[in-house]
Amino acid sequence: MKFYFEKRKALSVKAVVLVPVVSFVVSLLLTAVILFIFGANPLATYAAMFGGAFGSGRAFTETLVKAIPLMLTGLGVALAFKMRFWNIGAEGQLAMGGISAAAVALFASPWIPKVILLPAVLAGACLAGALWAGIPALLKTSLKVDETLTTLMMNYVAILISETLYYGPWRDPNGFGFPGTAPFPEAAWLPRFAGRAHIGLVFGVILAVALWIVLDRTRWGFELKIIGNSQASARYLGISVERNIVMAILLSGAASGLAGGCEVTAISHRLQQGMSLGYGYTAIIVAWMAQLNPIAVVFVSLLMAGLLVGGDQVQMMMGLPAAMGLVIQGMILFPMLAGSFFTEYHIKVVRSPKAAVAAGGAA
Amino acid sequence: MNEQHESGSFLVEMRGISKSFPGVQASDGIDLRLRYGEVLALLGENGAGKSTLMNILSGLYRPDSGEILVGGRHVTISGPRDAAALGIGMVHQNFMLVDTMTVTENVVLGIRDLAFIPDMAEIKRGILELSERYNLKVEPDAFIWQLSVGEQQRVEILKLLYRNAEILILDEPTAVLTPQEAQELNHVVKRMKGEGKSAVFITHKMEEVMSFSDRVMVLRKGKVVAGKDTKDTNPRDLAKLMVGREVLFQLDRKPFAPGSTVLELRDVCARDERGLPALSGVSFMIRAGEILGIAGVAGNGQRELSEVITGLRKASSGSISINCVDFTGKSPLEIIRSGVSHIPQDRIAVGAVGDMSVANNIAMKGYRSKPLSFAGMLRPRKILELARKMIDSFRISTPSPETRVKFLSGGNIQKTILAREIESCEALLIAVYPSRGLDIGATEAVRKELIAQRESGRAVLLISEDIDELVTTCDTIAVFFEGRVMGIMPAAGAEIEEIGLLMAGVKPGTEASA
Repeated sequence: MKFYFEKRKALSVKAVVLVPVVSFVVSLLLTAVILFIFGANPLATYAAMFGGAFGSGRAFTETLVKAIPLMLTGLGVALAFKMRFWNIGAEGQLAMGGISAAAVALFASPWIPKVILLPAVLAGACLAGALWAGIPALLKTSLKVDETLTTLMMNYVAILISETLYYGPWRDPNGFGFPGTAPFPEAAWLPRFAGRAHIGLVFGVILAVALWIVLDRTRWGFELKIIGNSQASARYLGISVERNIVMAILLSGAASGLAGGCEVTAISHRLQQGMSLGYGYTAIIVAWMAQLNPIAVVFVSLLMAGLLVGGDQVQMMMGLPAAMGLVIQGMILFPMLAGSFFTEYHIKVVRSPKAAVAAGGAA
Repeated sequence: MNEQHESGSFLVEMRGISKSFPGVQASDGIDLRLRYGEVLALLGENGAGKSTLMNILSGLYRPDSGEILVGGRHVTISGPRDAAALGIGMVHQNFMLVDTMTVTENVVLGIRDLAFIPDMAEIKRGILELSERYNLKVEPDAFIWQLSVGEQQRVEILKLLYRNAEILILDEPTAVLTPQEAQELNHVVKRMKGEGKSAVFITHKMEEVMSFSDRVMVLRKGKVVAGKDTKDTNPRDLAKLMVGREVLFQLDRKPFAPGSTVLELRDVCARDERGLPALSGVSFMIRAGEILGIAGVAGNGQRELSEVITGLRKASSGSISINCVDFTGKSPLEIIRSGVSHIPQDRIAVGAVGDMSVANNIAMKGYRSKPLSFAGMLRPRKILELARKMIDSFRISTPSPETRVKFLSGGNIQKTILAREIESCEALLIAVYPSRGLDIGATEAVRKELIAQRESGRAVLLISEDIDELVTTCDTIAVFFEGRVMGIMPAAGAEIEEIGLLMAGVKPGTEASA
């Protein structure tokens, strides 16, 4: 009996659903091996992780706190990837969103009526994220500059700008030397609904649904889909490729900017160190695991947030290195990428006839 | 495999080969026999199962059932490498060459027992020796991207000869060739036959069956419908076997009665990607109810011509007007809005979006306005309704309107594009090689649609390499050579030889050599 890979002739719905699920199980198995090497009982570890992430109301709200930025950045990244624009700059766009939110909240608040202060702060965050993504988009569409490099490098620029600001000119004089700005006025705080979980969750869910409707049901979404699949076809059909890519990437950056805005207005109430735990990079995993489907992003970001929070628990309860949560995250992506092969190919089993002579030996 | 063999034994024997794909029985118990030193033509319409059968023989697919014997031995062919070891090699429709590497490098690429540091001079000598023996002219140091399609095909054949292939499978080898190149290929095949090698070639062109092959096997819907010696048959019978009904070689049409001018080009010049002149002072006009054909060997500015008219390429000088309005330098969208439809040369990469559904592909022109969309929102039900109507009236064979276009055959992809472009056509239809690679049935459908457009008072620009197609379909023929119009003549009574000479750049009366 022999196994072969053969290209599928039609799309299999079963494969599209099963592949992510099976990939996830495979990654758990692979991680179990690593846990075993570290002397931990994999089952107990997973149980501790699950309990730490979803086991109590408090645990769950903490998972939500981490899911919100993953959701927003994940949606932004998924939209960009749908356009075949490899935006790996969500981290920087998030940072710029945080900076811009802080600027509005701290310095423009005296001139803005209280009722619209929070919307103005968040709008500032979106705008900054959009601009930060718009620069690589324009460079790409006008000068064909590779976006993977520009978006990645602009992450460092954004993060360093934020550090410069909260270590330097924006540092709170009453902050006992702690690196961070003064707290925002309360009118600029994003309301929380349970524990630290805040209404950024609503933004994430609304954005996911809106994005799904835009991509699936609108004329603009139809054009984006055509561009994402074939720019040559789009041009031939009279669709403006460059303008639409720039618009989509502005939207992508705005989503990540909003994530940064929510972080500073809901969690820290100031711009300070540790605003992002690498959400913008994890967003890439989220987007791929969700197969760029906006609705799936919502659930995948909950799962990934659970891994992050549960990973912390593992450190505390099982005495494992804190990096184990990140290891598991990384272990998820590989089977996912390998698994996507099976949506295009399937395995064919052949029972070799008794009289058959293997052909390899000749030549 | 060159040992003596008694008569009656076969080089390749495929017995009861079946292979199904979801929804399609591509091969249904096919028996195939190939004798030593024989050229076998596999004839059939698109989707008849010719390529599937040959992909099985060359190791790309594995059959669901059936057995294969090579030189009388049972074999299992699990991949192209096994096939190569058995002396089987295939030249695919889309060449498998690395553009940025030289001919020599491409020829040895993938050879397993190559030295770690190959002796390129020695390899080059081998290639030159082969190219001399078979009269396959290639420059060993040229890069693939510098070569014409015909030359690239020669490299593909050399690749197989260099690997000592005894059985060559050619998948529609002449679809991309000029008539002269096709003739040369015929000589190469004959020479290989003279050396005892065998060939299977896939085609749907009758003339090729008659001139290339010793024997012909006709496939229809995955089954063998006939196997005959070529000398005992004729094109008309073969066509009937292949399609399963009588084929019209003549098309009904009303007398030519042109109306007002729809498209007019005046002294249009344009450059290609490399900045070289592609069009030099092109002037012609097409009237309502007229089909103007552009004859010429591919690569003489035809693609650029269609792109300039549709706004995809800027004209460097000259003017283009549609219905007496100047459209020079206008955007593709403005030109589409003026009622121009375009069936592009590259139907897979440009004309259709493979990963989107048939219904969506059909909607790709009409989605901008009612009834397919309203206030920026698509109306999926209306799109599906239109798609069903089009699938019906253009006889697009697809499992459902939601099937992705990439899973359809070439002919059905072309019909999908045709449906969309004709549905949205109001003034001018530009068709670039619309029947290239299509079988008789689909070709007939395409030509009928072009004539229907003419009959309803639209102007049609038909770019084609097939002189027979131009003469039977067009009212007027313009011959292109190196981006220039060599001559314009009425199609009725046009001399095919004269068109051929003009296509080669020879003006009548001035020819220097035959």
